Amino acid sequence: MKRGNILTLVILLGLVALLVAVPAVLQDRLTERIATAMAISLVLVVGLQTFTGNSGILSFAHIGFMGVGAYASAAITIPVQMRGMALPDLYEIIKTVQVSGYVGILIGGLVAALIAAVIAYPLMRLSDAPAVITSFALLVVLHTIIAHWSAVTNGPRTLFGLPSVTSLPLAGGIAAVAVVVALLFKESRIGLLLRASRDDERAAGALGANIPSLRWRAFILSALFAGIGGALWGHFVTSFSPKAFYLKETFVILGMLVIGGTNTVTGAVIGTFAVTILFESLRALETSLNAADIFADQVVGLTEIVLAMAMMGVMFLKPGGLFAATEIGPLLLRRFKKKG
Amino acid sequence: MQFLLQFTIDVLSLGGAYALMALGLVIVYGILKLVNFAYGELIMVAGYGLFLMNGSGLPWIVMAAVAVLIAIATGVATDYIAFRPVRAKSVTAVLITSFAFSTILQNAALLFISPRARNVPLPDLFSQTVEFAGILIPARNLITIVASILLLVLFAWAMKRTVLGIAMRAAATQFRMARMLGVPANLIISSAFAISGFFAGVVSLLWIGRIGSVTPGIGLEPLLVAFIATVIGGMRSLQGAVLGGFLLAFVNTGLNYTLPQDLLQFRDAFTFTLVILILLWRPEGLIRGPATGQRT
Repeated sequence: MKRGNILTLVILLGLVALLVAVPAVLQDRLTERIATAMAISLVLVVGLQTFTGNSGILSFAHIGFMGVGAYASAAITIPVQMRGMALPDLYEIIKTVQVSGYVGILIGGLVAALIAAVIAYPLMRLSDAPAVITSFALLVVLHTIIAHWSAVTNGPRTLFGLPSVTSLPLAGGIAAVAVVVALLFKESRIGLLLRASRDDERAAGALGANIPSLRWRAFILSALFAGIGGALWGHFVTSFSPKAFYLKETFVILGMLVIGGTNTVTGAVIGTFAVTILFESLRALETSLNAADIFADQVVGLTEIVLAMAMMGVMFLKPGGLFAATEIGPLLLRRFKKKG
Repeated sequence: MQFLLQFTIDVLSLGGAYALMALGLVIVYGILKLVNFAYGELIMVAGYGLFLMNGSGLPWIVMAAVAVLIAIATGVATDYIAFRPVRAKSVTAVLITSFAFSTILQNAALLFISPRARNVPLPDLFSQTVEFAGILIPARNLITIVASILLLVLFAWAMKRTVLGIAMRAAATQFRMARMLGVPANLIISSAFAISGFFAGVVSLLWIGRIGSVTPGIGLEPLLVAFIATVIGGMRSLQGAVLGGFLLAFVNTGLNYTLPQDLLQFRDAFTFTLVILILLWRPEGLIRGPATGQRT
């Protein structure tokens, strides 16, 4: 590994460590919850970056795989005695299967990756707008199935009873793993070839890169993280409905990635931090406005409006995001050298 | 026989609305090669326009005209706010800005009006039914059929015979060449957005005529429909969009009639799987439009 990349790794892992450490020092419940949610977002955003960043194809389907992970883990981790109530029509075979939350999270990720591997292979031939549209269609398909497959998902109703196993250290640890894997993948042979195909599809193809297969591997990896992130989230909030895995969530996750910079892992991490902090402060403002009863009606949607404006602002000024092309390590080294 | 007639009218009225939705989306896509994710919100703003004019005492037709004008204005605003600043920079950036603009409009409706459904004023005609050959047909279905046929004919004529129409078709085929021959790029793009807004406004009247009320999220379904229809029919050709709209209505109505109840709830999954399959088989859609040149 080059010096710049090691520096990047140290800085990004330092940020994740800080995220875990600060609430532990503050001993504040709310901060801890926000930090945990942020760590889960990190897993999702960095996971999405491994595909979108390296292949250059915007994927809307990601949140669908997040849902797959959450529901897959739910079906095998809800305590058996509660499962009759939460999922009365569950199939006999999995009715008696009971694993711990940790195994559930892992299996959630694997199920998402497996489904991605099966359905995504033929889709990887498409580039540009058709690729984005199919990923959008895939999100709708996944959402429709999740929202109506009553036997496994309790239909559009809320599914409850997941064991609460997601703690801040666990989520932070997995986020750190995601960051390391994303950086390694980016610098690996597959990652390099994929980035070549992103910058010039024809030239990369002419050099012998098997682009669909490269994209496919990145997609599976990114679906794995989406599934793990979804399962983590499921065991964090312990009850959810299919609505949680649709356009609104997609918007937030995409916003984080795009504001930070799609093409770099640094961008994914910084974007997640920036958007979460912005989001939480706005939400706090919204809550206090509502509590103060200044307006006749409840204030809703303000958070999303400001986030959308921030996204547009970043796109106008820096279309590639805050970290458009270079990771933070090489960036700092370069600046350091210039001065010295 | 009665069944056949019923089925035909269902397909035609749904297909007419779908075709108009698809045309509004594809007119922008054809020129810019970019999907306008904020298209559904044009339908929403027209609906809220109607709602806000409720009780103003104006004749309904005036309110409807104002609602369509609001949609047109929002369409042009989409161009200026979401597209123009980033159009030349990157595809991803435009997809994101139009997605963001759609979120802003939706949440503005949430924030300033209400998350709950609001009733809109509709003329009595929309709730009446006509009896014909032994079947009851809602008048709004007939209105939709007539309106969509009229608009499609008018639009086809305008694209073939007027200067603006010819310039737009030229821009959709070879944008750079069209510019060299003196077609003003920004004007053409703004006109495309205005036409898109016009279709959205009309669709809004017909669509809300079916539902009777407007919610902040009302634009999602028309957007998805327009999406599927254009993908099926061909994203570069206007005829393709119309064909896609009617085909989708045929498939949806057919599934409605034939699928058993417990599978019917998965209808969207079936249609979107169809979209994916068609894109795989023919990434250009069923009707291949003219070969295209560079994006702006």
